[in-house]
Amino acid sequence: MAERYSSFAPGGTAWLLQRITAAFLVVVLAFHFFLLHFVNHAADVTFAGTQARMENVGYFLTMVLFLIAGTFHGVNGVYNALINQGLEGTQKKVVLAVLVIASVGLIAQGIWVAIEMAGW
Amino acid sequence: MSQSYNRGLIEDFGRWKEFSAGMWAWIFHKFTGWMLIGYLFTHIAVLSSALTGPEAYTNTIQGLESLFIIRVLEVGLLAVAVFHILNGLRLLMVDLGVGLEAQDKSFYASLILTGIIAVASVPTFMDGVTI
Repeated sequence: MAERYSSFAPGGTAWLLQRITAAFLVVVLAFHFFLLHFVNHAADVTFAGTQARMENVGYFLTMVLFLIAGTFHGVNGVYNALINQGLEGTQKKVVLAVLVIASVGLIAQGIWVAIEMAGW
Repeated sequence: MSQSYNRGLIEDFGRWKEFSAGMWAWIFHKFTGWMLIGYLFTHIAVLSSALTGPEAYTNTIQGLESLFIIRVLEVGLLAVAVFHILNGLRLLMVDLGVGLEAQDKSFYASLILTGIIAVASVPTFMDGVTI
């Protein structure tokens, strides 16, 4: 019988969160693409149009949650892909630290931009 | 009872000719995942032009959208995102143990559906731009 083949620890929090964020992202990513390419064309995007969407609290919160979920899902995916390639020891700790800092930075920057877009 | 198969290491890309559908799905999912997280960082960087002011934001977006290459890359991004979504749904099903015996067929279906959606979106994405 083959060994269990996955980089994720079975039953771990990261494993579960990766799947919960996946289910959320499937819906919101499809909505995001549809809204900004098919309902509104990206070429017609203006600050005023963006502000009209972003000042809606529900939309703002959805986009912030989208950013947090997307960042976690993507960065956790990258981290696990690197572990799959044999990352371990000190290198693993350094990579994790860099990825956590990059994630926090991305989320903070994104929320700052969203607040600016909303005009608050 | 669950079954498992030992197909050897997928990281050994030199064996690509021996790869099965599920292994290709794994590789495509990783590849599209790398593209999407890379794009997320780029996306937030571009949208940060809003911090300079409304005009800078509008000019940045409309300036980029006036470029043919950006439109081509957007179709590519859509294809990457659609595949990752469809194959991701397939993976959620696999995790739940649903339709395991059809996991190769659902991978092919993800690929075909991605192709159809990407091609169907071309007129929308290419609207109002020329080389």
